Amino acid sequence: MTLPDPGSWGALLAIAAMAVATYLCRIAGVAAMSFVPLTPHVRRGLAALPGSIVVATVLPLIERLGLAAGLALLVAVAAMAVSRSELVALLTGMAAIAAARFLGF
Amino acid sequence: MQPHDAGSPPAESAAPLTGRGMLLGLRRVSVLMPGVVVFAVAFGAAASAKGMSLAETLLMSAFVYGGVSQLVAMELWRPEWSWGAIAGLAVVTATVNARMILQGASLQPWFARYPKAVNAFHLFFFTDANWLIGTRYRSEGGRDLGVLVGAGLALWAVWIVATAPGHMLGMLVSDPRRYGIDLVMPIFFAAMIVPLWRGRRGLVPWAVAGCVALLTAKLVDGYAFIIAGSLAGAVTGAFRDDPA
Repeated sequence: MTLPDPGSWGALLAIAAMAVATYLCRIAGVAAMSFVPLTPHVRRGLAALPGSIVVATVLPLIERLGLAAGLALLVAVAAMAVSRSELVALLTGMAAIAAARFLGF
Repeated sequence: MQPHDAGSPPAESAAPLTGRGMLLGLRRVSVLMPGVVVFAVAFGAAASAKGMSLAETLLMSAFVYGGVSQLVAMELWRPEWSWGAIAGLAVVTATVNARMILQGASLQPWFARYPKAVNAFHLFFFTDANWLIGTRYRSEGGRDLGVLVGAGLALWAVWIVATAPGHMLGMLVSDPRRYGIDLVMPIFFAAMIVPLWRGRRGLVPWAVAGCVALLTAKLVDGYAFIIAGSLAGAVTGAFRDDPA
């Protein structure tokens, strides 16, 4: 048996496929962890996870986006450390990247 | 479900979900709004450039609701679809969004106290921004799931609404790089290092996560580096014998 061609429904089916894939990602980690007992090892692993996600997301992006982006992120982290405000960090970081790119870095 | 729940205070105090929490979530997410609006406008512009109709664009923003994966999908968007192309798009979307699996797992001890239906609902609105807000709120000792619900609903509405002008204005913002929009999410992520900082002890898993991520990014295309690096960091943290 073969499926009929997606035809004019193609775009909507593509969106639906993306929506399902994304929702499964959203619930999979939570669902899977409900079967894992919270032993001390698991607890320590989960404690280390948020920082690891942040570092693992940002470091390779710096490499891909370039030196100016890396500097802007450093400036943003410094602004966050001083102000403890995400908005200040964002504005400072955006100003830094705009300045760096304007200067041609 | 949870052994330590036996004999604990009534469910509503163990698993709060209040309107006050939702307002707090709204306040916490409001600082992220300017960045999200600009990101949504950029996506709308990219979608119109690819020939998507306004309705399709809004549907994608409403039901997929994952900025990076939507932008990546625009690279793969085509006028004609085969089943193979649709399946391929779903796989790419899942790899881009696979970081949500780990983000959700890291917050599961919090969610475990709530009914499955509540979690199934609020997780639909779970994004990077939600994870950042929830993780910071939890690290400050917060327990109210309303924070995530409020932040998620507000961000979702703004994300959809801001997609429309992007689609209509189209070309005006065809080069998001010029305005530093590509750095909005990286900046929020990098800034999270500050509230997550627990002194030098916590540094070893992060260093492992960073090295593995950099190495994976060199060897494998796409976004696999987030998963590989995060898992390496978590496993390192799990098997370090000092008290957490």
